[in-house]
Amino acid sequence: MALLQIAEPGLSAAPHEHRLAVGIDLGTTNSLVATVRSGSAAVLADEFGRSLLPSVVRYLQNGETVVGHEAQSEQTRDAQNTISSVKRFMGRSVKDIKDAPALPYRFVDAPGMLQLQTRAGVKSPVEVSADILRALKTRAESALGGELTGAVITVPAYFDDAQRQATKDAARLAGLNVLRLLNEPTAAAIAYGLDNGAEGTYVVYDLGGGTFDISILKLTRGVFEVMATSGDSALGGDDFDHRVYCWILEQAGLHGLSAQDGRLLLTRAREAKEALTEHLDTRVTALLSDGQAIDLTLDQATFRQITKTLVDKTLLPVRKALRDAGIQAEDVKGVVMVGGATRMPHVQKAVGDFFGQPPLTNLDPDKVVALGAAIQANVLVGNKTDDEWLLLDVIPLSLGIETMGGLAEKIIPRNSTIPVARAQEFTTFKDGQTAMSIHVVQGERELISDCRSLAHFVLRGIPPMVAGAARIRITFQVDADGLLAVSAREMTSGVEASIEVKPSYGLGDEDISRMLTESLSHVQDDIEARKLREAVVDAESLRDATVSALASDGDLLAEDERQLVDTALAAIAEAIAADDTRQVNQATHHLNKVTEDFAARRMDRNIQRALKGQNIAEL
Amino acid sequence: MTTDFTQDFFSLLGLPRAFALDTERLDHAWRTAAAEVHPDRHASRPEAEKRVALMMATRVNEAYQTLKNPVNRGRYLLSLQGVDTGEETNTSMPADFLMAQMEWRESIEDARDSGEVEALDALSARLRDEMRERVAELAVALDTAPDLDAAALLVRKLRFLEKLEQEIGDAIESLLG
Repeated sequence: MALLQIAEPGLSAAPHEHRLAVGIDLGTTNSLVATVRSGSAAVLADEFGRSLLPSVVRYLQNGETVVGHEAQSEQTRDAQNTISSVKRFMGRSVKDIKDAPALPYRFVDAPGMLQLQTRAGVKSPVEVSADILRALKTRAESALGGELTGAVITVPAYFDDAQRQATKDAARLAGLNVLRLLNEPTAAAIAYGLDNGAEGTYVVYDLGGGTFDISILKLTRGVFEVMATSGDSALGGDDFDHRVYCWILEQAGLHGLSAQDGRLLLTRAREAKEALTEHLDTRVTALLSDGQAIDLTLDQATFRQITKTLVDKTLLPVRKALRDAGIQAEDVKGVVMVGGATRMPHVQKAVGDFFGQPPLTNLDPDKVVALGAAIQANVLVGNKTDDEWLLLDVIPLSLGIETMGGLAEKIIPRNSTIPVARAQEFTTFKDGQTAMSIHVVQGERELISDCRSLAHFVLRGIPPMVAGAARIRITFQVDADGLLAVSAREMTSGVEASIEVKPSYGLGDEDISRMLTESLSHVQDDIEARKLREAVVDAESLRDATVSALASDGDLLAEDERQLVDTALAAIAEAIAADDTRQVNQATHHLNKVTEDFAARRMDRNIQRALKGQNIAEL
Repeated sequence: MTTDFTQDFFSLLGLPRAFALDTERLDHAWRTAAAEVHPDRHASRPEAEKRVALMMATRVNEAYQTLKNPVNRGRYLLSLQGVDTGEETNTSMPADFLMAQMEWRESIEDARDSGEVEALDALSARLRDEMRERVAELAVALDTAPDLDAAALLVRKLRFLEKLEQEIGDAIESLLG
């Protein structure tokens, strides 16, 4: 692969400094944090040597918050204030949660995303997730002995925009600098592919605690190209637990359980499922609060039978993904199993039968996602690595807008390689119309009501004209995180009505910074000093990058353009000397602006150089 | 300062401007260009460079998608020569083509209503053969014996066939679950 010509010495103030970066697998059941140390990726354990952090958060009477094993052990006793599997609620409203009435929580139906009433007040799933992320951040910083520069957070490939946005918000709320949202199966493919030097078409079958993903990837000379992805963001190991739970209720003739008893039996159900991975049968015992004792035996055959429909349900997205990728099951070179739920023998058998080959299970299915995320974080943060590889991922669900009659018109089809943008022109419907309402949706169905609503917004200030004369160009941009941004422009008048889509779900930027400030209130004094330090670091790294770019590609600038850049560089030095945060930020912003086209020209030159190199190599 | 975003997709990816295309070379050129501009390669760089990388990577992907699909490539080549294929506005088609369309639609509906996935797969295979023939004709009309009007008509026909293929795909998906 071509060498990167943009990476120059003088990239940062201390080019050889190893920056601390982590990969975080924010799972439904368990979460992990991993990092790359002396060239290899490793999961970071807590002080007791445990790598998995149960994704459980408990809000205590005294205002404290506990996360992980400690919260999990009290789950049965304090079900309402102990939140588990919060990932299922990210970017979702109460009506999306089918089993909401059976859950021990007090749901609050807020617009866009549900909330949970706890003794610590009303919590959004974003805040609960942020508590989990904060625990992992603390673990990482104490293990690595320093502040993190950034983190890659994994999300199910099949997560829609609302769920992705919510995850990114949670990370920001936890004070993490998000380098990238990375799809879980893709992360697994990185860890697997780089370890095994794999080439060819691979399938990643990722059955986690609450989500199911299938991704088909083509691996060629260090390029991980996702060909298609599919899945079910509400199907996972939890559902298997639930089937066992229902079986227990049925066998014992129970109904109308208290939240506490329900939680207890759900725990027993999970333990039974896990036991059946190793054993042919297992005993299920429990003592309910009314004194009734439960004592049942569950064997593997029964377990297989009560969960068969769930296993079959995973094969449907598998077929869809193969179809979208335009390949057959026999074209697949290997099937990588990811997620704790793939330990179940009958899941492995079903997948093996479907692909006509035993699935690959040589990597720990619980850890592989975090390891892949750590490898990518290490690259994104700018640490030098020996591997030169590139990730080309896709958007899992089509993006569209509402047209007349409640129909969805697709603008960006699913499985498009990201980043991707598409522009569409619209016109006015009535004479003198000055506003237009746009409804952005995500999903494959024809009817708007069957798709997920992402955002409603109104375009105002269209110059009054006869119907059909105005031309409004709306651009949909999906970035490398798989997140959507929309902008609009009126073409005839040239008025740029750049609009920001603040989705109805998620939190606004203001909410985040308010929550962040609140959580940092005890270190308020440091904030100003810290802001200045961060501003100066940014300014210096931009200055150094610009100086080295001028040295190598200065010929791309005309004399007057060069002068603009030099002036902006001088302003940076002046601002740093003045110790003024605002001035430094302004100078940085200005230098960024005047070097944007320079950066584009350099990238253009690098593409042409790389292509020329490629053509020569072919000769 | 202005950047040349008017550079066409062929020159962006270092390929000759023609309908005939070495797909392997296109794939390779795309990966090479993407490796230079992908946002992952600029994640620890200044804001301006990150913004530019997002724009350039988007454009490189658009170039790839446009050139990879023969219908899009044909339409794009025509637009470079100032010909608008007018697929939304120009719906006048030869009568025999329209007849054939109706027959296709009926076959798809029949297969879907009787729940026959194999029949739909067979239809899809036949449709792809038909598309291959039209694409071969398009290659002639664009490269060997240039006839832009004929090429525009072929692109419009191929667009119809693409929609049929999409319908078959949707029908199969709805039958699968």
